[in-house]
Amino acid sequence: MNFEPKLDLDNPVGDHVATTTCYMCACRCGIRVHLRDGKVRYIEGNPDHPVNKGVLCGKGSAGIMQHYSPARLQAPMKRVGPRGSGEFEEISWDEAMELATSWLEPIRAKDPKRLAFFTGRDQSQSLTGYWAIQFGTPNFAAHGGFCSVNMAAAGLYTFGGSFWEFGDPDWDLTKYLLMFGVAEDHASNPIKIGIGKIKSRGAKFVSVNPIRTGYSAVADEWVGVRPGTDGLFVGALIHELFKAQKIDLDYLVRYTNAPWLVIQDPGAADHGLFARDENGDPLVYDQTSATFASGMNVDIAPALVGSRTLADGRTARPVFELMAERYLEPEYSPDAVAEDIGVPAEDIRRIAAELAEVAFEQEIILDQPWTDWAGRKHDKMIGRPVSMHAMRGISAHSNGFQTCRLIHILQILLGSIDCPGGFRYKPPYPKPAPPGLRPHGAPKDVHADEPLGGPHLGFPLGPEHLLFDGENAARIDKAFTWEAPMAAHGLMHMVIHNAAARDPYGIDVLFMYMANMAWNSTMNVADTISDLTAKNEDGTYTIPKIIYSDAFYSEMVPYADLILPDTTYLERWDCISLLDRPISEADAAADAIRHPVVEPDRDVRPFQEVLIDLGARLKLPGFTNDDGTPKYPGGYPDYIVNHERAPGVGPLAGWRGKDGSKFGTGEVNPDQLDRYIENGSFFVQHLKPEQAYFKHANLDYLNWAVEVGFRPTATPTIFQLYSEPMQVFRLAAEGHGEITPPELHRDRIAKYFDPLPFWYRPFEEDMVSTAKYPLHAITQRPMHMYHSWGSQNAWLRQITAANRLYIHHSVGDSINVKDDDWVWLSSNQGRVKCQVQLMDGVNPDTVWTWNAIGKRRGTWGLDDDAPESNQGFLLNHLISELLPEGGDYRYSNSDPITGQAAWFDLRVSIEKADGSGETSPKFEPVGNSSQPTSLTKLAYGADFKRRSK
Amino acid sequence: MTSLPAPTSKKLGLVIDLDICVGCQACATSCKEWNTGGYSAPLSDHDPYGADPSGAWLNRVHSYEIGEGEDSRTLHFPRACMHCEEPDCVTVCPTGASYKRQEDGIVLVNPDTCIGCKLCSWACPYGAREYDHDDGVMKKCSLCVDRIYNDTLAESERIPACVRACPTGARAFGDLGDADSDVSKSVASRDGYGLLEDFGYKPVNKYLPPRPRRNSNIEAGTQASETIPAADNSATEKLFAWADRVLSR
Amino acid sequence: MLVVALALVTVGLLSSMLHLGHPERAHRAFSQWRSSWLSREGVAAILTYIPAGLMGLIWLFDWDTKSLPLLAILAALGASVTVYCTGMIYASLRTIRHWNLALVPVFYLAAAAATGTLLFLLILAIFDQVPLWVAISGVGSLFVALMIKRSYWYRIDRDKGNYTTAMALGIETEAKVRPLTPPHTMPNFVMREMGFRVGRKHATKLRRVTLACLFILPMLFVALAMTMSWAQPLYTLALISAAIGIIVERWLFFAEAEHVAMLYYGTDRA
Ligand SMILES: Nc1nc2c(c(=O)[nH]1)N[C@H]1C(S)=C(S)[C@@H](COP(=O)(O)OP(=O)(O)OC[C@H]3O[C@@H](n4cnc5c(=O)[nH]c(N)nc54)[C@H](O)[C@@H]3O)O[C@H]1N2
Ligand SMILES: Nc1nc2c(c(=O)[nH]1)N[C@H]1C(S)=C(S)[C@@H](COP(=O)(O)OP(=O)(O)OC[C@H]3O[C@@H](n4cnc5c(=O)[nH]c(N)nc54)[C@H](O)[C@@H]3O)O[C@H]1N2
Ligand code: SF4
Ligand code: SF4
Ligand code: SF4
Ligand code: SF4
Ligand code: SF4
Ligand SMILES: [Mo]
Repeated sequence: MNFEPKLDLDNPVGDHVATTTCYMCACRCGIRVHLRDGKVRYIEGNPDHPVNKGVLCGKGSAGIMQHYSPARLQAPMKRVGPRGSGEFEEISWDEAMELATSWLEPIRAKDPKRLAFFTGRDQSQSLTGYWAIQFGTPNFAAHGGFCSVNMAAAGLYTFGGSFWEFGDPDWDLTKYLLMFGVAEDHASNPIKIGIGKIKSRGAKFVSVNPIRTGYSAVADEWVGVRPGTDGLFVGALIHELFKAQKIDLDYLVRYTNAPWLVIQDPGAADHGLFARDENGDPLVYDQTSATFASGMNVDIAPALVGSRTLADGRTARPVFELMAERYLEPEYSPDAVAEDIGVPAEDIRRIAAELAEVAFEQEIILDQPWTDWAGRKHDKMIGRPVSMHAMRGISAHSNGFQTCRLIHILQILLGSIDCPGGFRYKPPYPKPAPPGLRPHGAPKDVHADEPLGGPHLGFPLGPEHLLFDGENAARIDKAFTWEAPMAAHGLMHMVIHNAAARDPYGIDVLFMYMANMAWNSTMNVADTISDLTAKNEDGTYTIPKIIYSDAFYSEMVPYADLILPDTTYLERWDCISLLDRPISEADAAADAIRHPVVEPDRDVRPFQEVLIDLGARLKLPGFTNDDGTPKYPGGYPDYIVNHERAPGVGPLAGWRGKDGSKFGTGEVNPDQLDRYIENGSFFVQHLKPEQAYFKHANLDYLNWAVEVGFRPTATPTIFQLYSEPMQVFRLAAEGHGEITPPELHRDRIAKYFDPLPFWYRPFEEDMVSTAKYPLHAITQRPMHMYHSWGSQNAWLRQITAANRLYIHHSVGDSINVKDDDWVWLSSNQGRVKCQVQLMDGVNPDTVWTWNAIGKRRGTWGLDDDAPESNQGFLLNHLISELLPEGGDYRYSNSDPITGQAAWFDLRVSIEKADGSGETSPKFEPVGNSSQPTSLTKLAYGADFKRRSK
Repeated sequence: MTSLPAPTSKKLGLVIDLDICVGCQACATSCKEWNTGGYSAPLSDHDPYGADPSGAWLNRVHSYEIGEGEDSRTLHFPRACMHCEEPDCVTVCPTGASYKRQEDGIVLVNPDTCIGCKLCSWACPYGAREYDHDDGVMKKCSLCVDRIYNDTLAESERIPACVRACPTGARAFGDLGDADSDVSKSVASRDGYGLLEDFGYKPVNKYLPPRPRRNSNIEAGTQASETIPAADNSATEKLFAWADRVLSR
Repeated sequence: MLVVALALVTVGLLSSMLHLGHPERAHRAFSQWRSSWLSREGVAAILTYIPAGLMGLIWLFDWDTKSLPLLAILAALGASVTVYCTGMIYASLRTIRHWNLALVPVFYLAAAAATGTLLFLLILAIFDQVPLWVAISGVGSLFVALMIKRSYWYRIDRDKGNYTTAMALGIETEAKVRPLTPPHTMPNFVMREMGFRVGRKHATKLRRVTLACLFILPMLFVALAMTMSWAQPLYTLALISAAIGIIVERWLFFAEAEHVAMLYYGTDRA
């Protein structure tokens, strides 16, 4: 008897749809933004987009609330109160630009290195890096050094590719995925799509992770290792494979340096280097001719075993033999490692057996002919359908580089890199291993009023590529020194500390972009804040000037002297470039743009526009014409279209050439951006089926990659199981060569630069008393929050407004706490008070929390009594940017090879706290009078409703 | 009960695969985003930037732990209206604002006649109704009725926002009254179930249970280990002997 | 007396209207009497106004009083039906085992009768004419209500709930299911509305208060009043005590209720 109302079911979503790219995180999915009356009505995934194929994550779907956040900066500001007070005066853009120019101009004219320009979670490093080169400072890097340079460097030195976002498991074909230390990853949606696929297909998914949430919760098997011990776990798997002779020898001989002969002459200057012929090619022993041959020859049968006597009478042994010896050592046997890892030996054996079984008994054969680099035709592609993926759980430890190398070696032994069902490169990868780029920034590269000698970041092959200024580090972060020789992404986490200590030297301006360095992206928050506010005797700041670009009122904003307010991601142009961190897929190269879909309603400007303008004002060569006029008067879109890095190579690879018909290289196309917008703001170049696999050795792929500018030559990428550059550093530590480390650093280099990866105990664990600090403390990213940005979002913060400390029941029992009780968590750095939640799915020696939920009062448009700052906490208070005292020198708390920040090495103790519910430490609230007041009620969408009736 | 429509053959609903839900919250925020400007507009939020933020959400994602030790597991669990076949949330409503559609079984609240007495929310065993304090009316999952029949959307887009967004593909939409529909087939093949079936509301939405954990998917899991020789000094020699062969490139 | 009754009913109706999100639409609540006890309650309450109102008019304008007894019976019936409907609003909710009991409307009726009688007694006392049988029936109705309440408590204490969290999730397991992370950090509507629970210790205490204030003390006062000359203050005390008692009882009735939906938020059984 109900009478049903008539519904208006055909209400159009909005009056306009714009297709652009999401930036609620670094995954860069394609989105369709529906607008109604100029307001954002709905954001959905773009089904045509290669990254997300239409789906959208929890953050992306809350984009409306990020875009309309009350924490958005309103106008350029000049600091008027003391640093940290949050007292600002609004200024005009003209004044802001003039101020910045007046600070930077004299530096460039005198000593460019006194500018440190560091960028955080941005995606325009190809522009910012170029700008820094043009400025001439050696002090540039982005967030990679505290993020995942261990992943990048270990992969690039080993096989010219990497996990991180630069490769994927073959989601469609893999039968076994072994995933290490991943909570969210940069490939947020692709991994979710992939996990959905393989689970539905019934492939096995094993997650190695101390914590069983998120992806690990749906894994078929959860391996709850103790943090920092993955190297032992993988070492034991390798041990088992060697023992069982479950190794793809053909693959090793074809694609790796396994047969290359290593000189065995302890004490000699070339001990441990490859024996080479007169052309410098590595030598192998050819079984057919029973002679030495160049490892680059094709028609040979290189021996994998057998000690050989070289022409000079010395001995040389193939890499394979050295590896086998190392990993067959009893110290890598499952029984020996089980206890340390916290995983029973039989499980390790079983997993090894499963890997072998899937790789060798369940191989995939694709009837897809292809041609290898030597021109030989193969009528099939043979796949070993075991794939792996790893991220910060491996990366953010001081043994991360070598552990990551071990994982790659495991994949290579199984023959599973870039084969059907294995791990797949995404173009422009593979690069040569390591890539041909060397770091610039040594004194010879740095000159007043001139661009830097070359790009900042690269891959040293030996001490000659390190960056010193006499005895001292050439860079403010001491990247590419004995402390972090292969610091391929710099050490952003050390910049503020070093600048305040004037070690290696003082700077005049610290210029930062999109990095919340006064809070969640720094280790040791309290000291970082005092470094930012440290003063000289005359009352001036030790770091004299700080320029900062943020879009929101973050914890970093109050510490800057000049604020350059950025737009939100829906208000600006952006370029997601193949020169930078592309969005490619395994069988397609792709890049993308963002374009403004709503007009800013504040006096803000896109940072890229500002940087280009600043470049022109400073008359930087790359940004000024010969006559002194700005080179890109049209701002960033002008730059995106017209900038050429090399002839025909620009920020975007799609629709190049006058008529837009070219990909990769080609003349500037004035219509390029329109073509992108028409196509949904992205471009995809699919590989041909014969190019899709074995890209490291696939002639069709390699030739194409050269043609489109991805690779210098079509020579194959040869997997470096044994890494010669590591041995070169090691030899230097033994006193060989022209550049040798000072005594202080020798043992460290000698120990850790092992050319064959090995496991060692993470530094903090080794240095602090494990009796005093019996537990590991780590963080995970919540899937619905992006670092510190998420909490300003009225919807996302309802999901997580405060973070708990998750502990194993047994830990709870041992200190007699139950859910919701408060505890003190202490490290050698300090202590925080937090509220616990007991759980079962966590390694019993590990406690953890969600990353970056804790907030400082006064920021992010939140009230002072927000749970984020009263119940939530930041683990970073306990993490130190330096290793504990002891020893002759205090190294940074980083990987000794890459300088990657070792966030997850943290050791803690826990005790019950009395009294009630407030976190500690609680920093003083920062002032925020320049910001609008936040609403106390939201009814977003009410307007749309009224209108629709 | 007089106010439920006679049972109809069409039963639109959702099927949620607990085996692959990773708890990412995409369905929850996407639902909020669509509906705050759609049929249920607005879904108000209180104290959005303050001490006690809360708001109306039509879909919420929980996570639980089941058991301890070896056999324990973590479960992510999205929860919204089940569009029950015989729900009291409809019959208790004094105004008729809460109703179940005759043609497809969708349970809706008429925002123009709801008086906000909240009784329906008390009658729902699944906690699926959310009162909007600001708007003064009851809100609930509308099964995105303004998407699934919306002729201004492309055919492939006529699915609920949460299904459209879900990155893992854990959510599916369809006619559970039609045994041949994809959703019905997946329910049949995976032993899908409704929540609290004993309660008697006959929930239309179904959940697919997590598949059993497989600590080995290899039938002959010991195959390889059998060939693994005892850890003695000869392992290296055996390996070298095995590897010492002509391997052409 | 009638005025008092009408006033009380009207205050009750108005206050429940003010609790609505849209009081201005309250008239719609009469439409679903076929299925909704809330609707029926409204209809019954409004229908009760008719005889009661007529009585009022008769009394006011001194009309023919012959129809009064009939109207009074109708009004009493209407009131009882209303009270019964109110009870049934709760009793019909299968989601709350503490309410979903036949005893609930019975107690509603008994409590209404008992408290109504107390009020009646006081009014009679004010006019100084309390027939003994009314006083006795006052004690009697209190006693009946007491027995119903006790058997109600006995029932709910024995019922541990049919549903577990595992059942709510549909997971077949003997193991314990624990919430790991709630969907939102701060309590939401459902948790605030249905998650309010009182601790076991408090409940026992509050039951004693109910027993004492709602039943024992009023019975004592009325019994005393029957034997004493200064009855009026005693009846007043009885009524005040009962009023306190009924407030506590009402509060407890809500606080002891466990909603099935709370299984999703950490309750083990419901
Ligand atoms: N939603 C969301 N997505 C993001 C981000 C975000 O903030 N939010 N941030 C982006 C950024 S900048 C980055 S770098 C990526 C990082 O993406 P992830 O690498 O997924 O980063 P984390 O969340 O730090 O997860 C690290 C995981 O490693 C585990 N772990 C810790 N120590 C160990 C160990 O020793 N061994 C093993 N096996 N596991 C360990 C932790 O339990 C955790 O699950 O995510 C990106 N994507
Ligand atoms: N304990 C612990 N600490 C960690 C990590 C961890 O796992 N555990 N992870 C580390 C890692 S991998 C990373 S990458 C860092 C990340 O840490 P950060 O790089 O500090 O990342 P966010 O806090 O997300 O954002 C940085 C700033 O960018 C601003 N921003 C957002 N959008 C825009 C925009 O459009 N324009 C501009 N100009 N600014 C914008 C934000 O307001 C914020 O202030 O954290 C590190 N810190
Ligand atoms: S993963 Fe989510 S937040 Fe990140 S870009 Fe994609 S949709 Fe946006
Ligand atoms: S789930 Fe709750 S709101 Fe939805 S139909 Fe069933 S009883 Fe009603
Ligand atoms: S709140 Fe609205 S829909 Fe629910 S029972 Fe009351 S009137 Fe009906
Ligand atoms: S069907 Fe629509 S209303 Fe219902 S949960 Fe999904 S998105 Fe929300
Ligand atoms: S969007 Fe999908 S995977 Fe994410 S929580 Fe919802 S159902 Fe689960
Ligand atoms: Mo990162």
